[in-house]
Amino acid sequence: MTSEAQPKRLSIAEQFARRKQGKAPSQLNEQRVPIYGDKETATIETRPLTWRLAHHDAILDLATYQSLRGFEGLKNALDKAPKEVGDMIKAANVRGRGGAGFNAGLKWSFMTPPDGGPRYLICNADEMEPGTFKDRLLMERLPFQLIEGMLITAHAIGATDGYIFIRGEYIIAAERLMAAIDECIANNLMGDNILGSDFSFHLHVHTGAGRYICGEETALINCLEGRRANPRTKPPFPQISGAWGRPTVVNNVETLSNMPAILVNGVDWYQNLPNEKGNSTTPGTKIFGCSGLVNDPGLWELPFGYSAREIIEEFAGGMQQGKTLKAWLPGGASTDFLTTEHLDTIMDFDSIQKAGSRMGTGLIMVVDESQDMVPLLKNLEIFFQRESCGWCTPCRDGLPWGVKLLTAIDDGEGQVGDIEKLEGLTRDLWIGKTFCAHAPGAMEPLMSAIKYFRHEFESKIVVEPAPEVDEQTSQWAESEIQKVMSTMSKGKPATSSKASTETNNHSDAKAGSEGESNDSASKPSDVK
Amino acid sequence: MKIVTDKAPTVDVATILTAQEIEGIKEYIQHYPHARAASLDALKLVQKRNGWVDDAQVNAIANLLDVPVTDIEGVATFFNRIYRSPVGRHVILVCDSIACYLTGYEALSAKFKEQLGIDYGQTTPDGRFTLLPICCLGNCDKGPSVLIDEDTFGPVSPEEVAELLEYYP
Repeated sequence: MTSEAQPKRLSIAEQFARRKQGKAPSQLNEQRVPIYGDKETATIETRPLTWRLAHHDAILDLATYQSLRGFEGLKNALDKAPKEVGDMIKAANVRGRGGAGFNAGLKWSFMTPPDGGPRYLICNADEMEPGTFKDRLLMERLPFQLIEGMLITAHAIGATDGYIFIRGEYIIAAERLMAAIDECIANNLMGDNILGSDFSFHLHVHTGAGRYICGEETALINCLEGRRANPRTKPPFPQISGAWGRPTVVNNVETLSNMPAILVNGVDWYQNLPNEKGNSTTPGTKIFGCSGLVNDPGLWELPFGYSAREIIEEFAGGMQQGKTLKAWLPGGASTDFLTTEHLDTIMDFDSIQKAGSRMGTGLIMVVDESQDMVPLLKNLEIFFQRESCGWCTPCRDGLPWGVKLLTAIDDGEGQVGDIEKLEGLTRDLWIGKTFCAHAPGAMEPLMSAIKYFRHEFESKIVVEPAPEVDEQTSQWAESEIQKVMSTMSKGKPATSSKASTETNNHSDAKAGSEGESNDSASKPSDVK
Repeated sequence: MKIVTDKAPTVDVATILTAQEIEGIKEYIQHYPHARAASLDALKLVQKRNGWVDDAQVNAIANLLDVPVTDIEGVATFFNRIYRSPVGRHVILVCDSIACYLTGYEALSAKFKEQLGIDYGQTTPDGRFTLLPICCLGNCDKGPSVLIDEDTFGPVSPEEVAELLEYYP
C-alpha cells in the first residue's frame, strides 16, 4: 500500500500546466485513488462515496455519472413520500459530517410543516477548518453525487430552493458545480417537475470570500442574505426560521453526498456497514484523512472502526523519515490534541469523545516531536483571533489576549501565572459564555496542549531569582520583626478580635495535626 | 422621532459601473428572494476590473441593490478577499494555518518576503505583486500551499518561489 501510493511530488511547471488545463488541486495526484483496498471490488455497497473514482479519474459529465448508477437514488426517493425518505435517513442515523455528528434525519424532522411558502436547503461547503480538505474532493470530482444528495434531501424536507454555499477559495469546485447544475437543468433533473414528478427544486451556487465564521450555520445564513457573517441567536433554529426567515436545513457536503447510496441500498445496508470491522457502532463510511509530516498525506473512504494508528501508519504511510509522532488532532484545528497513548482509539464520534477530544471532520493532523507546542499554539490561536467575527466580547477580546500571552511566553517574556491565565481563558471562553462555538473551538487545542505539554509552557517562563539580600540588613529586620511581635502579644491580649480567633483556630488545627502524627508515630512502638 | 437612515447618496450608477457589471449584478439578484443577497457577488464582480473596490463602486452597488451604503461597506470590509485599497496585478495568498505551518510555512513565507522585497500587506513598487497571509486553503495534504489569483499550488518549497513568480508577469 505504502510504496504503491507514494505520491509523485509535482514540479511547479507541472502544477501550473495542470491548473491551465482546468485540473483541480485535488486531482494533482491522479494516480492516487482515495479508496483503501481492492480498486476493482469497490462498489456502491462497499465505498458508497468514492467508488466511482476507482473506475474513472473524474466524473465530469452527466452521462458518465448516470452510467455509474447515478440518480438511481433520486428515482427511488421520488417514488416515496417525503416523510418516508426523512424517516429512512433518521433510522439510518447518518451523523452530520461537518463536525458536530448530529443525526441528519433528526435535524430534518425539526422543520416546521409546509405552509405553501418557500423552504430552503443549504449545503455548507465553506470548509475552512485548518487541517480539513475532504469536501474539496467531493465537489471537484463528484459534483453530481452532491447534487443528487441535495435533490433527495430537498424532496424529504419539502425545500423549494437550495444554495451551495461554497468558500471563495474553492474556485474549480464552484465552476464544476455550476456547470453540473446547468447540465441537470437541461436534462430535467433540476427545476420544475423533476423527472416528470410533482417535485420542483432550484439550486444555486453562492460563493464566499474567505471568512472561517461562514461555516457556522447561522453566520452562513447571514452571509447568504448579503450581510456580515455574524452568527444569530439560537433559538429560533434555522429549521424554524432560517434563510429570509423561512424554514431552512443546513447540511455539510459529505453528509449530503451520503444520501444517494442510502436510497439505492436501504437502511439495513447502511446500518450493517460498520460490521466490516465490528468494533464501532457508528453506521456508514466516512472520508478519513491525514496531513502533516507523514509519507502519504491524503484521503480514504473507510467504514468506522479503524483506529488512528491504522490510518496514520497503514494509509498515510507512517511518519516521514526522522520524524516521531508527538501529538495529533483528530479532525481539525478546533479539536483537542491527543497523544501517542490515544493512537489505538477508534475513529468514531463516541470513541474519540471518550478519549477526551472530538472527531470533528475526522481528518487527522499529526504533530511531530520537533515541534515546540508554544509557537504551534500561537499559530493556532492567531488563526482563531483573526477569524473571530467580533460579534461578542469574550471572543473579540479574549482570543487576542490568549495570543498576547502565548506570544510573551514564546518570546521568553512570560510571567509566572501566565499559564494559569491561559487556563482561565479556556474557562471564560467556554461553551455558553460566547455567542457561537468559535471561541470554545479555539480553546480546545489550547486546553489540551496545556494538559499534555504543560512542561513546555513552563520551561519557557523564566523565573527571576530572588534579589540578593544583605545579611546584616536581614538580621536587623528579623530582630525588629521579633520585637514588634512580642510587644503585640504582651500589650494587647486577644479578646474578641477575629484575627486572634483565626490564629487560635489555626494553632489548634496545627496542634491537632501534630497530635495525630505523634499518635501514629507512637503506634509502632506500642506494638513493640 | 425622525429616523435617520444612511441610505447611499444617489449616484448615477451607469457612470461608475460598466453595463456588463450592472447586467451581471442584476443576474445575481435573480438567484435570491432579496436583492441584498447579491452584495458579496456584486463586490466580487466589480473587484475583477481593478483588483479592488473603491468608495464610488461601493456606493454604486448600494444604489443598485437599494441597501444602506454602510451595510455594503460592512460586507466589503468583513471578507478577507474583498480589497478596499489598491493591490498589485497578482495577489499572492500564503496559507499560514496549522497544516501548512507544520509542513514548512515559515521558510516559504520568509522566501516570498525576501524575493519580493516586501512584507505582508504590501505591494511591490512595480505594482506586480501584493503579498497577503490567508487562512486555511483547504489543501492540507499538499502543504505548504499558496493561492495566486485563482490558482492553488502545493506543496511549494522555498527553492521554487522564483520559478513560481515567473508565471505571473
